Amino acid sequence: MRSIRAAAVGAVTLSLALAASACGGGSSTGGGSNDEPTTLTYWASNQGASIEIDKKVLQPELDKFQKQTGIKVELEVVPWSDLLNRILTATTSGQGPDVLNIGNTWSASLQATGALLPWDAQNFGKIGGKDRFVASALGSTGAPGKDPAAVPLYSMAYALYYNKQIFADAGIAQPPATWAELTADAKKIQAEGKQALGAEGANVSENIHHVFVFAQQHGARFFTDDGKADFTDDGVVAAVKQYVDLMAADKVIPTGNAEYAQNQSVSDFAKGTTAMLLWQSASANLTSQGMSEDAYGIAPVPVQSGTPGTGTQVNSMVAGINLAVFKNTDNLDGATRFVKFMTSDEEQKILNKAYSTIPPVAGAQNDPAFSAPATAVLKNTLATSAAALPQVADESQFETTVGTAVKELFADAAAGRPVTTASVRAKLEKAQQQMPAK
Amino acid sequence: MTTTTAERPVGRSTPGAAPRGTPRRRPGRLRRAGLPYLLLLPALVLELLVHLVPMVIGIVMSFKELTQFYIRDWGTAPWSGFDNYRMSVDFDAPVGEALLHSFLVTVAFTLLSVGLCWLVGTAAAICMQDTFRGRGPLRALFLVPYALPVYAAVITWVFMFQRDNGLVNHVLHDQLHLTDQPSFWLIGDNSFWALLTVSVWKGWPFAFLIVMAGLQNIPRELYEAAALDGAGMWQQIRRITLPSLRPVNQVLVLVLFLWTFNDFNTPYVLFGRAAPQAADLISVHIYQASFVTWNFGTGSAMSVLLLLFLLVVTGVYLAVTSRGRRSADA
Repeated sequence: MRSIRAAAVGAVTLSLALAASACGGGSSTGGGSNDEPTTLTYWASNQGASIEIDKKVLQPELDKFQKQTGIKVELEVVPWSDLLNRILTATTSGQGPDVLNIGNTWSASLQATGALLPWDAQNFGKIGGKDRFVASALGSTGAPGKDPAAVPLYSMAYALYYNKQIFADAGIAQPPATWAELTADAKKIQAEGKQALGAEGANVSENIHHVFVFAQQHGARFFTDDGKADFTDDGVVAAVKQYVDLMAADKVIPTGNAEYAQNQSVSDFAKGTTAMLLWQSASANLTSQGMSEDAYGIAPVPVQSGTPGTGTQVNSMVAGINLAVFKNTDNLDGATRFVKFMTSDEEQKILNKAYSTIPPVAGAQNDPAFSAPATAVLKNTLATSAAALPQVADESQFETTVGTAVKELFADAAAGRPVTTASVRAKLEKAQQQMPAK
Repeated sequence: MTTTTAERPVGRSTPGAAPRGTPRRRPGRLRRAGLPYLLLLPALVLELLVHLVPMVIGIVMSFKELTQFYIRDWGTAPWSGFDNYRMSVDFDAPVGEALLHSFLVTVAFTLLSVGLCWLVGTAAAICMQDTFRGRGPLRALFLVPYALPVYAAVITWVFMFQRDNGLVNHVLHDQLHLTDQPSFWLIGDNSFWALLTVSVWKGWPFAFLIVMAGLQNIPRELYEAAALDGAGMWQQIRRITLPSLRPVNQVLVLVLFLWTFNDFNTPYVLFGRAAPQAADLISVHIYQASFVTWNFGTGSAMSVLLLLFLLVVTGVYLAVTSRGRRSADA
């Protein structure tokens, strides 16, 4: 009898415990607190050639921060393939890191969820003011007219990386400055038995970055001024077609690149099988793949004609990483201090050198390291001829739908199917119909 | 806690208060009758928590407009009635059309994959029925694809399917010269066959394992009697092996069907978040509709539709196969 009663009591207790723990799983979705002032969790994005390299770069700095403030930072480097999903899951559950890196193109989308701490004047005051940051970088921190959802951490720009030896062998003296020159040079390179230009045809985000720049050069935008999707604009269609035609018509990009999505084009370039690569801040990546810095040159991305500038002369997106504070943090003060630390002039110099990126903090840019020929091109591009991707709440959907359309067009081109204005328009129309109705 | 304190006085009064007969026995009987249910309670609560609550939440979500603007506190998301469903099944509009396409691709893929898995698995199991030297190691070898972690196995296939330096093209094109030029396997129309290959490779060992277990239960005497009657190997397989395996096959095919239809890992690892149209399986499609475009309401509605479809298929399948078996038994 006693054992039965014990079993009954146990059963009831277990049930109650289960129910209670399930109900207690979520946390409040209110603002942040300072309940845990001595620890922080930090999700870093994968900036180096591998996650291990990132840990090696960041850990000494986090130790420095701990020495200064007594706050221990738990670091997790999240691969790009997982980062957005992890952030969405954290947003839904309210259980996330205190501080996190986000791709700057996600700023407006994540801003719309309300999961990130808005950087109003007061919060900016805690990290030294908004004026410390470069204007172009601040342009990719959220929808215009709203308090930024994050602060810029690393800035990057696209550039044309070219293999000096292959160029010399093909008798090309100057890197191409226009697309026509690039196509002409490609013929000379192919005559030497090398591949001309590498691309990540199946990488949705890379596709977006390139067609965005082509659209700028055609004077077109993917969104109207009031934030509606406008993918079938003539300029947009021409832009997407011009990019895919690099494979389909000009045969500049090898057809095999249509299935590339794991940075194989960077490896091809590092191995010397491809002569050119359009990439953002690739130096550190190339070095880690064993390519000497003397072996390649860096030039601005080509334009239609003339020289890079604003308007239709844009030749890069404002690429970069922003640092955000999760609104549900239980160490709000610590998180803000950490952001201040990471965006301080000194740390900006250390981190941006390690990642071959450009500091978005004006005070750190004057370090001579960022005026070396390699980074000078990137810095100059950011300052004069880079444009921010549309800062709209639907940006993430735009990347997926249009990026997938370009991937399918590359697949068509690779399979030898014709890529025409009509087929490009049809794909873009389908992409537009998949966007959320307004 | 309240339950235990409430029970204690009743329990203590039991031995002392003998004279009062009927009113005392009733709580005792109630307790005896209630005890089994009480002991079932933890299992019930667990079942609710692990199974039913998430399902119900999923169904509730499908009636909400759960986009990025509301995911942080999705209780505030507005109710959208049947809008998500209407959008999913409007086959003239792009979203519904894409869903229908994805559904048809999945049906074709599932039928082929389950059929091939069953065929290969059964054939292998029958070949392995008689003892011979090396049967044990061979059986173990056959089970390797099933035992490997999915990600590791499929990512290996990704490398093998690469166009320029993959093993598949090396064999088909460079060595056997079967194709004029190296083909793409991970993009374009061939992706369907690539996916089917990996799926069958991964799935048949399970069919093999189950059929092998089923074969152990067929008495040897049946075969001996059939052999005496002059039945050849084919007749033995047709008249003895397959009918005896019927109950095993009924479950096996159903399980394979459900697993293959819902398989997410294989297409996701093979193709990433944007699957080629020819291999746009419904699980990845729904993932894309919810996670990638941040519209969890539509994704949930599609999931509920999928659940209903699978319920109907399972119900019809069980009804038909069970009736067939009952009439055969009679």
